[in-house]
Amino acid sequence: MMSDLTKLTLAGARDALKAKEITSVELTGAYLKAMEAGKALNAYVTVTADKALEMAKASDAKLAKGEGGALEGIPLGIKDLFATKGVLTTACSHILDGFVPPYESTVTSNLWRDGAVMLGKLNNDEFAMGSSNETSFYGPVVNPWRRNGDTTNLVPGGSSGGSSSAVSARLCLAATATDTGGSIRQPAAFTGTVGIKPTYGRCSRWGVVAFASSLDQAGPITRDVRDAAIMLGSMAGYDEKDSTSVNQPVPDYEAALGKGIKGLRVGIPKEYRVDGMNAEIDALWTRGIEWLKAAGAEIVDVSLPNTKYALPTYYIVAPAEASSNLARYDGVRYGLRVEGKDITDMYEKTRAAGFGAEVRRRVLIGTYVLSAGYYDAYYLKAQQVRTLIARDFAEAYRSCDVLLTPTAPSAAFGIGEKTSDPLSMYLNDVFTVTVNLAGLPGISVPAGLSSEGLPLGLQLIGKTFDEETLLRAAFALEQAAEFTAEPKTWWTA
Amino acid sequence: MTVVYSMQHRDPRDEDLIKGTTGDWEIILGLEVHAQISSKAKLFSGASTEFGAEPNTQVSLVDAALPGMLPVINRYCVEQAVKTGLGLRAKINPYSVFDRKNYFYPDLPQGYQISQFKSPIVGEGEVVIDLAGGRSIAVGIERLHMEQDAGKSVHDLAPGNSHVDLNRSGVALMEIVSKPDMRSSDEARAYVTKLRTILRYLGTCDGNMEEGSLRADVNVSVRRPGEKLGTRCEIKNVNSIRFIGQAIEYEARRQIEILEEGGSITQETRLFDPKAGETRSMRSKEEAHDYRYFPDPDLLPLVLDQADIDRIAANLPELPDDKKARLMSEYGLSAYDATVLVGEAATADYYEAVMKSGKPGRDGKLAVNWMTSDLYGALNREGHTIETSPVSPKQLGELVDLITDGTISGRIAKDVFDSMYKTGRDPAEIVEKDGLRQVTDTGAIEAAVDAIMAANPDKVAQAKEKPALAGWFVGQVMKSTSGKANPQVVNEIIAAKLGASSDD
Amino acid sequence: MSVDQNTVRRIAKLARIAVREDELPALAGELNTILDWVEMLGEVDTQGVEPMTSAVAMTMKMREDVVTSGNHQKDVTGNAPSSEDGFYVVPRVVE
Ligand SMILES: [Mg+2]
Ligand SMILES: [Zn+2]
Repeated sequence: MMSDLTKLTLAGARDALKAKEITSVELTGAYLKAMEAGKALNAYVTVTADKALEMAKASDAKLAKGEGGALEGIPLGIKDLFATKGVLTTACSHILDGFVPPYESTVTSNLWRDGAVMLGKLNNDEFAMGSSNETSFYGPVVNPWRRNGDTTNLVPGGSSGGSSSAVSARLCLAATATDTGGSIRQPAAFTGTVGIKPTYGRCSRWGVVAFASSLDQAGPITRDVRDAAIMLGSMAGYDEKDSTSVNQPVPDYEAALGKGIKGLRVGIPKEYRVDGMNAEIDALWTRGIEWLKAAGAEIVDVSLPNTKYALPTYYIVAPAEASSNLARYDGVRYGLRVEGKDITDMYEKTRAAGFGAEVRRRVLIGTYVLSAGYYDAYYLKAQQVRTLIARDFAEAYRSCDVLLTPTAPSAAFGIGEKTSDPLSMYLNDVFTVTVNLAGLPGISVPAGLSSEGLPLGLQLIGKTFDEETLLRAAFALEQAAEFTAEPKTWWTA
Repeated sequence: MTVVYSMQHRDPRDEDLIKGTTGDWEIILGLEVHAQISSKAKLFSGASTEFGAEPNTQVSLVDAALPGMLPVINRYCVEQAVKTGLGLRAKINPYSVFDRKNYFYPDLPQGYQISQFKSPIVGEGEVVIDLAGGRSIAVGIERLHMEQDAGKSVHDLAPGNSHVDLNRSGVALMEIVSKPDMRSSDEARAYVTKLRTILRYLGTCDGNMEEGSLRADVNVSVRRPGEKLGTRCEIKNVNSIRFIGQAIEYEARRQIEILEEGGSITQETRLFDPKAGETRSMRSKEEAHDYRYFPDPDLLPLVLDQADIDRIAANLPELPDDKKARLMSEYGLSAYDATVLVGEAATADYYEAVMKSGKPGRDGKLAVNWMTSDLYGALNREGHTIETSPVSPKQLGELVDLITDGTISGRIAKDVFDSMYKTGRDPAEIVEKDGLRQVTDTGAIEAAVDAIMAANPDKVAQAKEKPALAGWFVGQVMKSTSGKANPQVVNEIIAAKLGASSDD
Repeated sequence: MSVDQNTVRRIAKLARIAVREDELPALAGELNTILDWVEMLGEVDTQGVEPMTSAVAMTMKMREDVVTSGNHQKDVTGNAPSSEDGFYVVPRVVE
């Protein structure tokens, strides 16, 4: 009975709670039990069991009176990048050791306002810098999926690897995540889950530990597209405390789903068919095109000529912003401090001990590209190329409504397989970073299995603030793909 | 901040040159003034800017740079920067950008200061300064930008440690950068004085230098007259106008001494120590600064509406230069008197209230003299300000009228003024009740003169030989009439009598 | 543009991250690999292209001049590794 409860989707659980067929305490209890059994995945860095049950009880009281919000009684996992009041928040970095925020991020506040229940904090790449969740101070997260007949532990993608692994392994009903260069969509693709990064400015960044301010956006990872629509509806919204938050009403995303895609123009960017592309990914993409065509969409060939410059652009802009955003971790006001012989020595020792190798690498790159004499050649140049990339999309959207591409260049890979070569790791984001650079919404939908039995995702990219159309197309894609595969629960054994 | 300046050409004045042992030197000065915007809340957070609170009590989570905190700009601060730009007759930039200036310091919690580097909110402008001898010069303004103030480190609370208070962290500042247009410490002091006056007129900064609301970074270099610019040193955070003068004098002489001994100047940041009266090097020289400025991605470009700029311009108060010109033309004041009056808006307001409270034609020059000598003297002595003066403008005006129309003499007026200051009574009432009205009746005065002359025939004889001795008779007559005799009439009668006798 | 070990040392100093001498060669190698790769942007003609300063097409929003926060010294210093009498305490800073 308990394990059955975790089989429900968010929408299913919501309806069952409203119909009083189940209680939030039962549902929450089932998840806490699954989390306990799923420790081997290392998806959670902090479990807030007492708080979860307390919140579940409060939700049950509301539900009993026929009250409650859109997520009343729904147990969620929260990426450790979101500040949670009174609950340890570390961005999975040693440098934030022991940091307990006296404030709650806007996005999580919105979720609690709507009645959601917090199960705990989810693992991620340190400061969200990574594509495999191997840079976390708390160790790598394990993907619940394994290759057919193979026990190699695979990565769940990153940086939101705790979120993707937990949703996929049913250790929460849905999870919050963040996406700076693909950190929601790529882990969703690696774990057979749905991940949506909304338009930049749709979700407040207030209270989310910053990586690269002009690229960071929060979004959900969920079991299916409907759940993504429901989660995003709660997470999104205007926030006066974030200067980059956009004051636009949040539509009823769930209501947009069933409208079909007859006549929808789907653009296929030819530059995404990269040299040496994985044949399975290519085939999946072709299948995706056929599905959407069959569902009534019109397929249009489009060109995004600057696509190949997106990744290098990203690896200048993101580290530059990060080098400045991470300057506040200095051992003075919170987190780790390593004493030194003077203030500079204290800073240097603290930051050397507090940051992992990948964070250090990016901070150094970012410092270099902004330093005297190099600003124009690197940062300014990258921001100009970024303008060209955004223009490419604007041009493409003159002839289509959404774009269809693969999410990631491969299926999940083994833990430790790519850690020695930072550049090969960066290539994971090749199909996703363009969306962040242009500030557009993008969603990954599980669309099939590789020959090795691993999930593969397709990405849809939408127009600015048109998440409704994006979700509608994603829903159609999901229905056509009929992806029902699940990971074997090897971790409970 | 470092800017490439254009410098106006001025021929050096002999009196500004410093005589070295090997010849004359010219001082070149440029100032960067940090003026705190008079706002209730900080530039990017809702914490209070009130001075003197307990440590870290006026600190929002944004000011303490907790993870995930974001800046949102204060509209009032933006408007005050625009207002100040307009007051400096400067170009307002409808598009400006906030940048991050990155460096590590314990009183800089974010690890960067939000400032404006490439695109400041205000561009070039000008400040006219008034100097001794009626000379005035225009000092160019390079730019004005907005930025966050830093916190404060206290170094003497415990050995080996510094204590950090972030109450000031994030307070809104305007950095006003002058061109290197000043040539003497007098000019630099006049510039800061004038800038402070303008800011106070505008109400955009209270100009309180003791509380740090106004601080100056002074760039000093020296050169042989006519030669190219020398290497400059920046003296940071000088917080009084007197210290600005002292710091410049010291620093210029220090540089000249080095150069005359064949040395060279190292470009560096220095600190003025008021106790020792000297400047000293502030940060280790080998540590090159590289601030890695880039646009703050947490903020968006600041775009101003022309309509908003126009509205602020339309509501600008009358500025000191305009007020000075108007006072000169409206009340016939000298440039000197007008300059003294417009130094503080409240003083000029008091003066205008004096002039407007009575019938037209009140003696403007006499009114200035009474304000700047007797009234200021009494206010200073009693610890009052012009705003709390016990003598109202209307009363002072009436006193001036009583002198002008001959009711009382200037000497009696001083007694009347003292009484007004102490009791708050009107001058006319004091004159009447105390019987201080001036005697202009020539018959009565003639009788008094005759009485004195009759009693002192020897003095009369002497005075006929030496007319200068007539003054003795004037004094005696004033004494016998308790100072109430009209001195002019007394003079005329005595002169007539002594002269008439000499004809014999 | 290629970074040598001295440059890495200078950058690490700017970023206030202690780097051991024996780490320098590997770090220089990694940074060079990344910098060589991003060099490809040099091919793009960006003459006259405005840099993208923001991912949203809007101008700055502003708040009113109202005091909304303060008097929570404990929240401000509560996570500090060292604090005393409401101050943060750091190793002595000498001007
Ligand atoms: Mg300066
Ligand atoms: Zn400044």
